[in-house]
Amino acid sequence: MTGRASWRDRGLARSSLRGHGVGVAALSLALLASCAAASFALGARAITLTELADGLFRPYVNTYGANVARKRVARTMFALLCGGSLGVSGALTQSVTRNPIADPSILGVNTGAALSVVCGIAFLNITTAAQYMGMAMAGAALTAAFVYAVGSVGRDGATPIKLALAGAAVSAALSSMVSAVLLPRSYVMDQYRYWQVGSVGSGTWAETGALLPFFIVGTLTAVATAPALNALAMGDEAATGLGVRAGLVRLIASMAGVALCGAVTAMAGPIGFIGLLAPRLARMLAGADLRRSLPMSALLGAVTLTASDVIGRLLTYPGELEVGVVTAFVGAPILIYAAVRSRA
Amino acid sequence: MAAMMAADARAADWTRGRRDRRRRFALATAALGALAFLLCCAMLLMGNTLYPVGTVWNALRGVGEKGVLFAARTIRLPRMLAGLFAGFAFGMAGSVFQTLLRNPLANPNIIGITSGSSAGAVYCILTLHAGAGAAYASSIAGGMATTLAMFILSNYRKRFSASRMILVGIGIQAMCNALVSYMLIAARERDVPAATRWLSGSLNGVRLPELYPLFAASVVVIPVALLFSGQLRMLELGEDAALTLGVRAGRTRAVLMACAVVLAATATAATGPIAFVSFLSGPIAKRLAGNGNSHPLPAGLFGAALTLASDLAGQFAFEQRFPVGVVTGILGAPYLIFLLVRMSGKGEL
Repeated sequence: MTGRASWRDRGLARSSLRGHGVGVAALSLALLASCAAASFALGARAITLTELADGLFRPYVNTYGANVARKRVARTMFALLCGGSLGVSGALTQSVTRNPIADPSILGVNTGAALSVVCGIAFLNITTAAQYMGMAMAGAALTAAFVYAVGSVGRDGATPIKLALAGAAVSAALSSMVSAVLLPRSYVMDQYRYWQVGSVGSGTWAETGALLPFFIVGTLTAVATAPALNALAMGDEAATGLGVRAGLVRLIASMAGVALCGAVTAMAGPIGFIGLLAPRLARMLAGADLRRSLPMSALLGAVTLTASDVIGRLLTYPGELEVGVVTAFVGAPILIYAAVRSRA
Repeated sequence: MAAMMAADARAADWTRGRRDRRRRFALATAALGALAFLLCCAMLLMGNTLYPVGTVWNALRGVGEKGVLFAARTIRLPRMLAGLFAGFAFGMAGSVFQTLLRNPLANPNIIGITSGSSAGAVYCILTLHAGAGAAYASSIAGGMATTLAMFILSNYRKRFSASRMILVGIGIQAMCNALVSYMLIAARERDVPAATRWLSGSLNGVRLPELYPLFAASVVVIPVALLFSGQLRMLELGEDAALTLGVRAGRTRAVLMACAVVLAATATAATGPIAFVSFLSGPIAKRLAGNGNSHPLPAGLFGAALTLASDLAGQFAFEQRFPVGVVTGILGAPYLIFLLVRMSGKGEL
């Protein structure tokens, strides 16, 4: 009798995984480590442990393998950071809009960043990474604000379907503006062609370094606003009753979310669906409390992006599939699944 | 007595309202048709050299100088026909979708049918290095496959839901776009220009034989769609109301959707996805022709007029020649924003 009951309890606990915070965190960290290891090792040319050690710890060794290892490590770090940023950004966007399918790629924010970058290349002659970042972020912020404003006019506020449609429509409009800017300028077209499918393949330490401050500030802001966002999840009135200044919290959290997404988009190009996927998984594993699920989103975003990158390298071996393509194929079915299961 | 007179007056009002609405619909449709016709003529007359009407007419019948013959019959006529038929197809398909899904934003562009077509065509050109004929077939197949997948997924548990279909479509569109992006990068440099035509719609370099599938589809499908469009009006009232009025909702929806998909896919195969034509035509036709009528016909005519006018603007209005898709995209954007805000405000979205 007692035996059966305990089995049932264990089954429940396992299905929700919610009582096992430490275990889940450890598991995710292990997953992260193995993704990173796979990303070090696998690719057009597999590298050995000695080569990896050479690349990491013996800067004087200048063999081919060691250099490949250095490149891989830099790329992996970049991928992890991008994934983490996108995960946090997605979690913030979803909780600010109170909308489970809010993702930068669905809200058209990526296209906004793209238009802004293209205009920068074409009209302002921007060249440095910082300028790319600034332009992308400005574009992302404007588009996000616009899409959200358009999607939330009306009585019932920003429903998932309204936001998705507004995002799709706005990004259709923006992408024809992108072509209008690009068509007469073939040199921009050439740069854009490679930028517009998100990729971490060219990630270097310099880019990782440029992204790091955004990641740190963005994530810290996110964690700091998490309690207030938790309160907002109960509705604006309830949150105000608890002493939360709803408007201010929304503003800060969405600025952090847009900055994270814009920075990644500027560096790596538009990578979709990580911001949809990671928070969803995080909620499943760590529950709805943002104080736990936000760091979890960062972790899982890093895992998903790095794993997608490795998959992309293996699928078209010895070439590689850009990570933006892989994430679309991993993430879009999840959106479709969510839509099909929904009772809308 | 007084009550009876009031009832009579109401009935007379009602009939007059109905007559007025019919007159307005006929007027708007005729005006749009005339506009499309004028633009067709302009497409034939204008170009690097402006020919008088007589010369072009003779050239079309096969009489005239070699240069004129070439300009009129090989360049301008196919371009005009492509704009006319593709514009009509996009406009009609868009209007049918908007009515069926009861959402003005739901159109073949946004819910992924045209991106399925684009992906099919680009795959054929870049990966299989196939000729134009195969690209057309595969473009049509891509559009159909996308729609089929969307339809099956949105009929999950036999309960159709328009919003589910839209979300599913957006997901599928993301996948198609990712695929296209990848193929563009993986492709050889010299193949890329041929493929970009399928990304933003263009009437450049259309040849007559390439349009035959579109002609065939239009001749077969447009009458069927018009035949069913009366029931479309009742479907617009909602599924239950339509059932009460004797509409077989499932069958009507399936037929109309099939028509719209065939139109959108063949038009995309011929010209590439011309942005916003399918999106703008329905609502504008509705405003011009008045509420309470079915709109596929005026929407199609408006689509044709918009495409032709935009192509003329793209050819002659700027220093740089722009393909028609870019022009419609930029023309459409402000209207889109206006419409989005207005619809949201009314709670129609």
